Amino acid sequence: MQPLFKVVWSSVGKKFIMALSGLAMVVFLVEHVVGNLLLYSTDPDPYNKYGHFLVSLGSVLIVVEYIFVAILLFHAYSGITIALGSNKARPIGYYKVGNASGDASRKTFSSKTMIWTGILTFVFIVIHLKTFKFGAYYASHVGGEEIRDLHTLVWEVFRSPAYVLFYVITIFLLGFHLRHGFWSAFQSLGVNHPRYSPFIYCLGILIAIAVAAGFIGIPVWIYFTGA
Amino acid sequence: MDNMTLNLKVWRQKDASSSGKMVDYKLDAVSQHMSFLEMLDVLNEKLIKDGEDPVEFDNDCREGICGTCSLVINGVAHGPWNGTATCQLHMREYKHGDTIAIEPWRAAAFPIIKDLVVDRSAMDRIMQAGGYVSMNAGGAPDANGLPIAKHFAEDAMDAASCIGCGACIASCPNASASLFTAAKISQLALLPQGAPERQRRALAMVEQMDAEGFGDCSNHAECEATCPKEISISHIARMKREYFKAALISKV
Repeated sequence: MQPLFKVVWSSVGKKFIMALSGLAMVVFLVEHVVGNLLLYSTDPDPYNKYGHFLVSLGSVLIVVEYIFVAILLFHAYSGITIALGSNKARPIGYYKVGNASGDASRKTFSSKTMIWTGILTFVFIVIHLKTFKFGAYYASHVGGEEIRDLHTLVWEVFRSPAYVLFYVITIFLLGFHLRHGFWSAFQSLGVNHPRYSPFIYCLGILIAIAVAAGFIGIPVWIYFTGA
Repeated sequence: MDNMTLNLKVWRQKDASSSGKMVDYKLDAVSQHMSFLEMLDVLNEKLIKDGEDPVEFDNDCREGICGTCSLVINGVAHGPWNGTATCQLHMREYKHGDTIAIEPWRAAAFPIIKDLVVDRSAMDRIMQAGGYVSMNAGGAPDANGLPIAKHFAEDAMDAASCIGCGACIASCPNASASLFTAAKISQLALLPQGAPERQRRALAMVEQMDAEGFGDCSNHAECEATCPKEISISHIARMKREYFKAALISKV
């Protein structure tokens, strides 16, 4: 029997965990962008109630949060390991790097920049949590109960052109990360079949566009309407 | 055209311990009917006449079936044509005055021996780790005595068309040997003859691939695009399934 740590840290195992953690974060992103659509409303109550519902889950939410932190850290760690391993596996690069002709190659801007879009997204997440989750606390009263008014905080933050620009650029590049990451995750899990693979590849592009457009729309909309 | 002039940039390196550099050569009177390797032969004749050291490059059958020739040409392993090895590339691809950069396979696991020749024995060691089947000696078995479904036979044949040239590794941005290793694991996993060592093979070949210092697979699929036999990355997915089954489910 193989020791489990050896399996996990083999080149195949590492990518297996990377794929699972990546897909888990795609599920999170889709939930996050759908929930955030409530921010398009100038009425703060629906969004604040949604936020309050999540907080009211209590320990369930905390467990899920810790799981996602662990998933993110593992994804980041293995991503950095792969990028460093790639430099080690080819210490002297080519004088000229080209692209093969034909349509078999999936080497794109997305696939070549995974490490950089990944690092940028990681930095973004830290800043994002600091600004919103651990940011200013505004109170709001809904039905006689005091709940956190995140809607006001979001609308306030997105009045800053610098923050909006940083947000839009990062999410735009995250879209490229998802575009390669989604189908790549299935390939790393060993899912490659003429019936499903074209669908998975297209679905990855659609998810990348939908998630990026959904998130980018919010600060842009608030910036131009919320002054 | 029979009289092209080409500007060549060729990686020259005296031996494994020296550092190399790109050297410019101007080559006249190149015919479009030449193969790429014949063009290099012409360059070498000129270098020998001039009293210089000829450019070392690997080649053997020059028919695209032996897997000996290599060369990264203008940044693409085996050059610009799909489904061909360097030896099958012809000079009609190029025009008078073109600049062509010619480099060896680049990977830490492929140390340069001289100029464009690299040591590809890392791939041999991956094969030794599990790329074989056990056979009972004795009389030859009856032809078609062992039924194999057509689609298995076809998939296995596609994987078996790997000539072990290493273009997948050379073209991979991570210098990963996944396509090579996967083709070998896949070919034997699909056939009943490969069954006795099936689990052990998947584990041992992946382990050897990692031990040789190849990079990880990031699914760029540039390997499939430069493979002279156009072997699909679906074999890499099969390698992963074989590995998971062997490592997590079987008792091997």
